[in-house]
This record gives sequence, C-alpha cells and structure tokens, in this order.
Amino acid sequence: MSPIHDQGYRRYGGQRTPPGHAWSVIAKAGIRTLISKRTFIGLLLLAWLPFIVRTVQIYAATSLPQASFLAPDAQMFRQFLQQQEVFLFFITVYVGAGLIATDRRANALQIYLSKPLSRVEYIFGKLTILAAFLLFVTWLPAVLLLFIQIMFSGSFKFFVDNLFLFPAITIFSFIQVIAVASAMLALSSLSNSSRYVGVLYTGVLFFSQALYGIVYAITRDSRFGVIAPAIALNRLGDAIFSSPTRVQLSVAASAVAVAVLILVSVLILEKRVRGVEVVA
Amino acid sequence: MADRNPVVTLDGVTVLYGAQRALQDVSASFAAGAVGLLGPNGAGKSTLIKALLGFLVPDSGRMRVLGLDVAAQPLDIRARVGYMPENDAHIPGMNAVTFVAYCGELSGLPPADAMQRAHEVLFYVGLGEARYRAVETYSTGMKQRIKLAQALVHDPDLVFLDEPTNGMDPKGRDEMLELVRDLSHNKSVNVIVSSHLLPDVEYTCDDVVVMDKGRVATQGPIAALKQPRGQVFELRVKAPQGTEWFVERLRAAGLDCNATDEDVMRVFVPGDAGARELFALAAASHVQVRHLRPSVPTLEDVFAKAVGVE
Repeated sequence: MSPIHDQGYRRYGGQRTPPGHAWSVIAKAGIRTLISKRTFIGLLLLAWLPFIVRTVQIYAATSLPQASFLAPDAQMFRQFLQQQEVFLFFITVYVGAGLIATDRRANALQIYLSKPLSRVEYIFGKLTILAAFLLFVTWLPAVLLLFIQIMFSGSFKFFVDNLFLFPAITIFSFIQVIAVASAMLALSSLSNSSRYVGVLYTGVLFFSQALYGIVYAITRDSRFGVIAPAIALNRLGDAIFSSPTRVQLSVAASAVAVAVLILVSVLILEKRVRGVEVVA
Repeated sequence: MADRNPVVTLDGVTVLYGAQRALQDVSASFAAGAVGLLGPNGAGKSTLIKALLGFLVPDSGRMRVLGLDVAAQPLDIRARVGYMPENDAHIPGMNAVTFVAYCGELSGLPPADAMQRAHEVLFYVGLGEARYRAVETYSTGMKQRIKLAQALVHDPDLVFLDEPTNGMDPKGRDEMLELVRDLSHNKSVNVIVSSHLLPDVEYTCDDVVVMDKGRVATQGPIAALKQPRGQVFELRVKAPQGTEWFVERLRAAGLDCNATDEDVMRVFVPGDAGARELFALAAASHVQVRHLRPSVPTLEDVFAKAVGVE
C-alpha cells in the first residue's frame, strides 16, 4: 500500500539559475547576518554621527546669517571622509576579519566550492559584504551631504561651482574601500581565527605608520610614506580633492603603492581560497 | 538502475602533491547507480573525488563527469553533483534549515524553492525535528546527516559521499547506509561512496573501484568480482608441524591461503578440483582436517586480493 503523501526524497523539477549569480547569494546572506547583530547596528549608527553634525552645520550655514562662517566648501567633504576613517577601521575589523577566516575554521570552503560557483565569485561575494558596509559609512553619507547642501541652500550653485565633488567623492571612496576590503580579505584568508586576523590588520596598519614615522624622523623625507598604505591612500585623496598635502609623496608613487597592495591581496586570495589545501 | 552508462570516467589521470604521486595514471569508469570507491587510508580516494570536483587540477589525464569535461565545464558539473566531504564542514553562524537552503541557493535554486527543499531533505535525512538548531551544536552523527542534506538539496544527478559513516554510532551508521542505498536504488540518484569500510560499500553499492597506493587495483560489479574461478573453503586443521607449516604447503601447491585464526584458514582452490584436492594435500602432509565447509566469497576477499594483503 502506498502512502498518501510521500515525505521522503523527491526529485526537483523547478527552475535553476545558471552559474554566475552565487556571489549575490553570498553577499545577501552576509549582509543579512550582520544587520541582525545589535552591536553592529550600534556601530553603524555611531558611524553616521559625523553626518548628523555636518548636516546641522550645513543647515546652520544656509539658514542663519550669523553662522555663515560654517558654510561648507569642497574641503569639508575631504575632511568628512578623513573623519570617517576611524569608522572605516572599526567596520573593516568587525566585518572583514571573519569573512574567510570563519569559513576556513568550519571547512566551509569545500562546501562553497563544491557548488556551481568559482573562486572569483566566492571572493567577490565576500568582498561585496565588506565593501557595501564601508561605502555605507563613507560614500553614501558624503553624497547625501552634497544633496543636503543643495536642498538646504535651495540652489545648485554650490554643486555647479564644485562639479568635481561628486566624482571625487565616488572615485576616492571606491579606491579606499577596494584597497581596504581586499587587504582585509587577504588577511582573513591567512588564518582560521578572526580575532587573530583583527589583531594582524591593526598591527599591519599601525606598524607601517610607525615605521614611516621612524624613517621620516631619520631622513626628514616624507616620500617614504609609500611604505604605509594609509599615508599613500591619504595622498591619493588629497590629489583627488585637490587638497593641500602634508607629504612630498608623488601621486604616481601613491597610486602604485595602493595598486601593489591590491595586487598582493589578490595574489594571496588566489593562493588561499581553494577547495583543498595542498601541503607538498 | 536501467541506464548502466558510466557517470564518471577517468583516463590516465595523475595528480602530484609536490614529488608525491597521489594518483598514478588512473583509468577508471564508474557505472550509473551506486559505486563504491574502496581502498585503505592514503589510497587516493579523496584525492580522486577532489580532482573530479575541480579542487585539484591533474598533472595529466582527462576526466568526465555526467558526460561533461571536468577541465572545461567544472561549474556545469558542480550544478549537477552533490558532495559530502569527509571531515566536519558547515557554514558557520547558521541553523540547519538556513544552511541547507543557503546551499540550495548557491546551487541555483530560487530562495523559496531552496527553503522548501531544505525542509524536505532535512526530514529525509532524519533531522526534521532539529532543523532550527545551530549546526555548531550538532553531534557528530547529526553533522554527517546535515552534510548529506546540503549535498542533496539541489537534487543532484550524482552524489560523492566521502566516508559517509565516519564517527557515527552503529544505529546512525545503519540509518545512513539505508539512506545511501535508498537514494541510489529507489530515487534514481547516482552515488559514489568513498570508504575504507568494506561492509558499508558491500551493503550500499553494486559496483566497486578498489584503489591502492594511488592506482586502481581492480574495478567492476561486486557480484562479478566475488565470483571465484574456483571455490573458497573455510578449513580447520590439526597439523603436528603447526598450522603455518601447512599454510606454506598449501601455497607451495599453488593454492591461495589466508590463515584467519590459530588453526582456521580460508583457502581458494582454483578450477573444479574442490575439496578433494584439499583432502589429498592434507593426507599427504599427515594433517587432520577437523572442519571444512565451502565459504561464500566476500568483498573482503576481493579487496584483499586486489591490494595484495593477507
């Protein structure tokens, strides 16, 4: 006698998405997991505090004649992005440290890579998680500030006078986020412990700056800023926003340093993200 | 299984780990249905599966899975196969149903279908009641089951099971073997079971590929491999000069003989001579035959013969 309804294994006859979309599944799942954490939501809210302060500044400058000295200029946007670097750091460590490290600890890479997704897709999916949150606290508030300035002033004059601002915000934010996210992802692939990766990232960041400080103290030559990724990134930011710079480092050298950082990160990821680890 | 065309073929595949040859010129064919990949630890079973999944690129040779070239179409293959890894593996921070549904989405299923399938396969593997628990809190046996569930959620045509009963208690092991057998014999899912446990393979599989030291030692239908061109006898003797001495006498006479206990041995007598030849040899050696009965060849005999162990 056959059962009324077989609850056993049944073949699937529905639709299937062709390979190439799994990165978005990884990204969505990662973002969903993070925004379900209260601590992380708190961190994100904290990261938007400078935006609120700047919004009040713009409102005051455009609405109160006695506060006209607060009127925003192009440099305000550069300063805003620099202020956001501290949140960039904390979010990078919070989100990025475990992105690959926890997968390595749980042997999840062989699960992922036994599915119809390539290593590039896996890395891109993970990168998207971190990059999305980093852009959420850098590019998005900076662009919104530009929009708020137009809204409060009731004219496009500031926007037209500073037409370079939107592309500058976009280009710098994306360079910064890609460099930081790829470096963190590469470090995350080196260990099974997210705590260790967080310490490693912090160490690399501060050690490279300390090393530059020592070299600068000896040589008084700020071109050695090339050894510290944070300084090279800042120099690029200064160039993109046409801001006065404090280092003699050339834009080309800074660009090369950032490009090398991204390239090395990609090479590490290529070596480390595999379905099987071969120890010859 | 009506269709007995091979689902996996390997042609001269060699995989090197540095200077060490993990697979040496392996040519094999895995028929549709359930095929056991048998061999001692280090024989190259897991390496073979990892090469078929595209985790390892062979140094030479060609592989085809479900008619597709592994080197040219790895993603198309992975969309149609499932993989249950040997060691503990899961995606951290998820409960069972989320994990399995996530694996379904990664395999191309729409989110709603993936979730529905996740519930179904979790019930099928016996984790229905525990499907909302975090995978990290699962016992070893439950982790084995969830690995099977994630391998099945997208309804693959072929499943690679790497040591599926590893670490399971006897009851769980029986249930797992029953699931594997049901998949291949009733649900039309082709299964390749990698194991060093002969009874597991003998129970679940129709065919076997025996590997040893990175090579294929023997392959074919288990029933055919077990067919002796002669007879196997279980023999107990009393030999004044000792059992070992008599074993040597039997071997000298060209018989394949394995002493299994102090005075018990299994003897393979080729041809049609049967027990008469054994009695004649015993009489000539002044050895008393205390017990003799025809023995049914087991996969263990096939395995022992293939890898050359006694």
